[in-house]
Amino acid sequence: MAMKHESYRFTEEHEWVSVKGGMGIVGITDYAQKQLGDIVYVELPEVGRMVEKGKEIGSIESVKAVADIYSPVTGEVLLVNEALQSAPDLLNRDPYGEGWIAKISLADPGEISSLMDLTSYEKFVEEEAKK
Amino acid sequence: MIRKTPLNEIHKKLGARMIEFVGWEMPVQYSGVIEEHNAVRGKAGLFDVSHMGEIQIRGRDALAFVQKITCNDASKLTVGKVQYSALVYPQGTFVDDILVYRISDDEFMLCVNAANTNKDYEWIRNHLNGSVEAVNRSTEYSQIAIQGPLAQEILSSFVNADLTSIGYYRFAMGKVGKWDAIISRTGYTGEDGFEIYSSPESAPDIWNMLYEAGTPKGLKAAGLAARDTLRLEAKMALYGNDIDDTTTVLEADLMFILKMEKGNFIGREALQKQMNEGIKRKLVGFEVTGKGIARHGYQAYAGDRKVGMVTSGTFAPYLQKSIGLIYLPLEMTAVGMEFEIDIRGKRTKAIVVPTPFYKRKK
Repeated sequence: MAMKHESYRFTEEHEWVSVKGGMGIVGITDYAQKQLGDIVYVELPEVGRMVEKGKEIGSIESVKAVADIYSPVTGEVLLVNEALQSAPDLLNRDPYGEGWIAKISLADPGEISSLMDLTSYEKFVEEEAKK
Repeated sequence: MIRKTPLNEIHKKLGARMIEFVGWEMPVQYSGVIEEHNAVRGKAGLFDVSHMGEIQIRGRDALAFVQKITCNDASKLTVGKVQYSALVYPQGTFVDDILVYRISDDEFMLCVNAANTNKDYEWIRNHLNGSVEAVNRSTEYSQIAIQGPLAQEILSSFVNADLTSIGYYRFAMGKVGKWDAIISRTGYTGEDGFEIYSSPESAPDIWNMLYEAGTPKGLKAAGLAARDTLRLEAKMALYGNDIDDTTTVLEADLMFILKMEKGNFIGREALQKQMNEGIKRKLVGFEVTGKGIARHGYQAYAGDRKVGMVTSGTFAPYLQKSIGLIYLPLEMTAVGMEFEIDIRGKRTKAIVVPTPFYKRKK
């Protein structure tokens, strides 16, 4: 699993983005899904919606908690993972793979460099966990 | 200072996520809420509930005193019986909801909510009269609950008493392993099960015995999160959420613990008055028919009119529905009544449903 997301970039709100051909695939991190526990609903953004980096694009409900999803990038929502509607627990089972949330066009590819890489994110999570 | 139960180390070894809960460090979940919840419904679950308080009431006038401070009829309690009841303020609202155990003719044990233990003890001491004394025994007991259809089978091999002879809401003094315990057929999950009161030093041994014997049969350690979803499916009120010092026994729809014919008790007058005049709101169960989970504190509307606030709400893992409890104006409390809940800025439809949401098959 670790190998798979070495090229991913991460936000302080525990989203990840993986860039492929000018498009960002967005999801939440393994740490985030563990914090939430059993996920039972996912509210996805609408396809075609323009989203801004750092702005809310949907939400995730677990049995015990609710969390907003913030977009790690600015752009247009090209595709959402409809499978999450019927199987929200994909987010628990495979947050970096089958549990992807949305694919967003990159209005400003330069935004990616402002996000944390895996090493920085792991350090960030360690600090969070101590709080 | 944060308090720890005698099972703290065991929880951590089992990989529990620990949280602070009313001053205690408690396990909120081990393997996952849904898994733990369904283990209790289908097999068995093991809970550490050592944070609960135990207050002993004893003396020649113990029965008269318990009658005075609780709203249920304690005279119906023969030795070995347990009763769900409440300590009530003069205005008819809850000091706490409690379990009353009749230990002997002149001794009772009240099992009270962890968050309320000191408040309850203070309240009780301030109302003492006659030949009776109250002692807070909370630090002398740990409490382990084993709940679920396999609870009796798992527990029975460690107990010298015949568990089948302990009926629902009854208890026996016996031994679990080598340890003295009060074994009580009670619980907070809607399942058959037992609550075991024993000394703090006995708790790790009792827990390990049950955990090791139960695990091959499907028993799971269950945390506070599963305890909450289980009790809500069974429509058991939670103090601080569904009932508190602003809600009366009648409004909380707990008529079955209110025994007016027993004679005088604190709160009786106010409750009688409310009975005569009629209540204006009542606690009811609802299901969210739209999408989302209505949680504690969310507002409910009928048109533009704010009609109530969700007191408890969750996704119900066994029923696979979003359910909750809410105080609604009396005219809106009939089963089938529809209203809307503001779920994070979106109006979502909900409907009043019969409770309990879940009832086990006998």
